Order: sequence, then structure tokens, then C-alpha cells
Amino acid sequence: MNKNQSNINQQAAAAGLVSVGILGGLFGAFGGAVGYTAHYASATSYLSNDPKTCTNCHIMNEQFNSWSSSSHHARATCNDCHVPNDSIIAKYYVKAEHGYRHSKGFTFNDFHEPIQITKGSRDVVIENCIRCHEAFTHEIRAAGRGYTPDADGITGGSDCIHCHSSIAHGPTR
Amino acid sequence: MLKHSTTTALPRAPVSRRGAISRSAIFWVAAISFGAGTVLAMMLFANITTRKWEAQSTVLRIADITETTIDPAEWGKNFPRQYDGYIRTTDNAKARFKWSEGRPPDAALAAAPAPAPSPGDPHAAKADSKLESDPRLKTIFNGYAFSIDYRERRGHAFMLDDQRDTERVKQRPQPGACLNCHASNVVAYREEGLKQGAPGSLADALTSESGQKQLFAGWEHINHQTYADATSLVKHPVTCLDCHDPKTMVLRITRPAFMEGIANLAKSDDPVPHFPSIEQWRKSGRAVEYNPNALASRQEMRSMSCGQCHVEYYFKGDQKRLTFPWHNGLKMDQMETYYNAVGWDDFIHKDSGAKVLKAQHPEFELWSQGIHARSGVSCADCHMPYKREGAMKFSDHQVQTPLAHVNQSCQTCHNYTETEILSRVDQIQKRTKSMLDRSEIAVVELINDIKAAKTAGATDDQLAPARAFQRKAQWRADFINAENSMGFHAPAETLRILGEAVDYARQGTTEVAKLRPAGAVAATPSTPPPPAPAPK
Repeated sequence: MNKNQSNINQQAAAAGLVSVGILGGLFGAFGGAVGYTAHYASATSYLSNDPKTCTNCHIMNEQFNSWSSSSHHARATCNDCHVPNDSIIAKYYVKAEHGYRHSKGFTFNDFHEPIQITKGSRDVVIENCIRCHEAFTHEIRAAGRGYTPDADGITGGSDCIHCHSSIAHGPTR
Repeated sequence: MLKHSTTTALPRAPVSRRGAISRSAIFWVAAISFGAGTVLAMMLFANITTRKWEAQSTVLRIADITETTIDPAEWGKNFPRQYDGYIRTTDNAKARFKWSEGRPPDAALAAAPAPAPSPGDPHAAKADSKLESDPRLKTIFNGYAFSIDYRERRGHAFMLDDQRDTERVKQRPQPGACLNCHASNVVAYREEGLKQGAPGSLADALTSESGQKQLFAGWEHINHQTYADATSLVKHPVTCLDCHDPKTMVLRITRPAFMEGIANLAKSDDPVPHFPSIEQWRKSGRAVEYNPNALASRQEMRSMSCGQCHVEYYFKGDQKRLTFPWHNGLKMDQMETYYNAVGWDDFIHKDSGAKVLKAQHPEFELWSQGIHARSGVSCADCHMPYKREGAMKFSDHQVQTPLAHVNQSCQTCHNYTETEILSRVDQIQKRTKSMLDRSEIAVVELINDIKAAKTAGATDDQLAPARAFQRKAQWRADFINAENSMGFHAPAETLRILGEAVDYARQGTTEVAKLRPAGAVAATPSTPPPPAPAPK
């Protein structure tokens, strides 16, 4: 009986070992595939502030090119305007949200062309306009003539970008 | 022993079985998850690889393309995306202002396109008749081939069939010069040029000295052949070779008439801020003739290529030399001044006896007067916008109305909704249509007045001032009718031209009225203009 019991225990232990081995192998393959894909897609570049990162998928080539020859080129990179700069948590939250939306769009090719800014992203940009140009625009904003976009945030209202839309980058033709 | 074992094992057995079940469940769930996760990760990897590859590779060279490759299908092997668009010019969206269908333009735009007849089919449906939709044109062109057959425009694919098939060509003898813009004729011209004694061979680059000599010699000869002889030399409507260099794919000018026309324009003092290379040539001593193939920028070529055909022209002298009247400039009045100076009339009006002009599709000239040209926007920017498949970006070769793809054509610069953009275009075109109707009505009334005065015995001397006004008014109204944008290419210039048309026609009517004895009644009762469409 004891002998039988120990045989069963040994068999169970061996089976458990095999299971763990298979699981480990699968996990390794999964981890490797994810890791290599991430490496291949330059995943770590998305944690940086390098503007070239934004042209990884070529959709923003025109924006990058026209920004490169704009006046803002010397002062502000993509991230200075397009992600919040007041807290690191907000910054990476917005980065993650953009990253999810953009990679989903580019993978499935289901985005609007030409690309259009969302209401939330537009708000972020305007906050950043004010962050640098605060003193200079104080009276404009005090007069209530700044930042009153329509509900859809794109078609109307008057905010900074309504008039200054091509200041940092614009159509290259 | 067994009993004992059973009793001692009893409390543990269910636990251990449950443990075994849950352990194997965990194993399978985890294994399947890792497996599926790996598959998904590999799929994503494959997708990223595809996108990266698309961004790098735009051409896979399969066919060998040379100066004599006329067949677009050969080019299509190397450029399948461009070719796909090109062959689809058979089923373009219908023109917005196709009033002949008896429905408002918005409905026409929204309606499903009719099944497209294939080019080359002799039984294919014809485009709708403009003469039936706008009977005023029958009066305006009376005495000219356009009063016999005048149809709606349609896609590039139909250009050759439509020309061979029109009653204007079938009933009236036309010269080979017509072929300039209705066929892929570069190779035909060069072959004819070689027969006429031009140097070199077909293997020479078109832009080489001998290539140019072949082209010009053949063109000059074919211009004055009969249309039947000329058209037997060609097989295709406009193809790749008519715009592109077969080796480098850069745009190049292939039509001699455009080279001469643009050189004459360069010599004039008409400001052309939309063609900086011409402005530069004017400042740089003008040692040799302006040559677009050598001097024009890529962006200028994206308009000049279209300007080889979408222009006003006439056939000069016995040689029927195709000539663009740009010697004074590109404006409607400057072309009229040129025609007056060289004494050109397209026909003598059958009803009124006036010597009048016929305008041809002056898109290039009218666009030149508009805000888009002024801002450096080329024809191709709107009519062949960039489109994307994956990470691959290429220009849409289904040349058609930009309203068929407002997002690609307009929203690249104009950050408004499609509805807003469409309503702006609609407003411009409705205003133009309303003024065009008024000007045509005024011209028709003038023609009828002159006809009545002539029947009543007025002399040519007496009718000369009224006829001169008819020539001016008719040229202006026709200029906008023949132009294919219903005013959009240059809205302010369009309304100026139509305003002048109405004014000259009414001045002509006044001239006729002076000939009538006091108290007599006008020949035609004044037709009230149609109600202007309410702006949206």
C-alpha cells in the first residue's frame, strides 16, 4: 500500500513537473514573441520625448516634416504640445491612450483620413499653448475670446488653434 | 486492508480529485492562453512587418517600360495601384451640375452611378445631350457643329470613343489636330515625324533633341491630315506615357501646342504667381525660350500636365496648327484680344450673321485666376489626391471631381466637416448656374432681336454694333458654360465674366432697339429669368 501510494505520488510529481515544463515553455514562447515584437516595433521609443518616434508609422510624416521647418521646431517637440506636462501620471496616461488608439487605427486601417485631432487631444494642446504663452495671452483669455470650442471640438468655436492652426505644423503644399 | 485504506482515504479522496481537476484546468487555461497570446503576438509582428515593408517599397519592377510602351496595362504591372485608379475613370461620379437629368444636383450626386459602359464598345451608351437639357445652346451655336451634337463630359477612358462617335466629327470634316487631346499620340507623332525626315529613332528619349524634332515634325504633319486618317494611327485614350517619363516616372510635357503656348505666355507680361518658374525666367534674361520640361518645378508640372488639354485653343491657318491663345495672358479678355488681333472667328452665326467665337473647356485658364492657384494648389492636389493603402502613399489616378473624396481633396487643408465643405461648393456653383442662365437668356434674346431686325431689312452696317456685342457676350457666357467647374475654379472671376456677358448682351439689345421706328415692339417678349435657387 505504501509502495503503491508512493508510486502514485511519484507519478503525480512527474506529471506536475511535465506540466510546469510545458507551461514554462509556452510562457517563454509567448514572452519571447511579445518581447521581440515589442523590440521590432521600437516599443521603448514610445516612452521617450523624441519627435522621430511619432513618425514610426509614417502617418505623421507630413506633420513631422512641416514641424521640422517651423518656428516651434526650436522650442517645442511633439510631446511639449500633445501630452500634458503638469504631472507625470497625466502624461503617461494620455500617452497610453494615444498609443492604444493610434496602434489600433494603424493595425486595422480604420481611421479617418486625413487624420483629425480629437476633442480631448485638442484640449491638451490648448493647455500647452497657454502653458508657454500664458502672460502674453492673459488679456485675450480674460476678454473671453479664447478657448470656447464647440461640442465636437473640431468644427467651430474660437480657441488658439482656430486661428493659429498652422503655426507648429501645417500642410506642406 | 482495502477497507482500511478506503476509510482513511475517504475524507481525502474528493479533495484530491477536485485538486487534480482544478490543477489540470489551470494547466489547460494557461497553456491555451499562452498559445493564443503567442499567436496574436506573431500576428501583430506580421502586421508591423507588412507596414514597415509597405513604407519602404513602392515599386516592384516587373515589366520593362520604354518610350514606345503605349499599352497602359504594361505600366500597370509595375504600378498596379495607379493603374487600378486609371482604369476606373470609366465609372466616375456624375458631374454635380448635370441638370439634364431633371433632378437637383445633390440628388444626382447621391444617386448610384449608372452601370458604366465599357470603352471600345460601339453600342455603349452615350453621355447625355447638353443640347436637350439646355435648348438655348441650339440657338447660341446655330450654324456651328456644336448645334448638332453636344454632350456631357465624362471620364478620361471615353475620350477617344466619344470623339470618334460625335456627330460633329461624323457630319463635318475635322482635321487631325483634334487628335491632340483625345488619344495617346506621342508615339504616333514620333513615327510620323521619322517618316517626315526627323533625325534619330524611337529609342531616343522624348526630351532629347532628336526626340523633340520627331515629335514636332509628326505633330505638324498630322494636324492638317483628315481626322479619319489621323485617328487610324492611335489605339488608346490618354495613357501613362502621355504624362510620365518611362524611365524616371517624372512628369513631362508631351504636347507641342502646350510648349508653344506656355512659351508665348512667358513672353507676355501677364502676372503668373502660380508659376514661379515663369516669373523667374522673365527675370533671368530670356536667352532661350521658356521650356517647362527644363524649368518647371514638380508642383508646377502637376498642373501643367493637365494644361496640355484642358485649355482654350484654335486651329491656326491652312496647316491647322493647334494654337493656345495665350500671347497676351491667360485671362478671358486677353484671349479675346488675341483672337480679335489675328482676326479669328470660329463661325458666322446662322441667325444673326455675327462672327463669333466658341470657347473650349478653359479649366487651366480659369483655375489660374482663382484662389487655389494663387495659393500654390495644383490640379492634381484636388483631382488626384494622395491616398493610402497601409503605409503606402500614392496619388489617386482615378481623375475625377474632388467632391467624390472631400476628405482627401479638401480636408487636407480645410479643417471643416464634409457637410460644411460641400455646402460651400454648392453655394458657389448655384450662384454661377443662376448667373449663367441669365447670361444665356440675354444672349439668346440678342440673337433673336438681330435676326428679326435683319429680316425687317436692317443693313450689315446698321447691325454691326449689335453683332459686335453678341460676339463679346456670347464668348463670355460660353466661356463659363464650356469650363468644367461651374465657377468653382475661380468664383469671383466667373461672376465678373458672366456680369459682363449680361451687360454686353443687353447693350446689344439696346443697339437693335435704336434701329426700330418709334413705337415698334421688340421681336421677342422678354423672358423672365428663372428663379434663382435659394442659397442653403
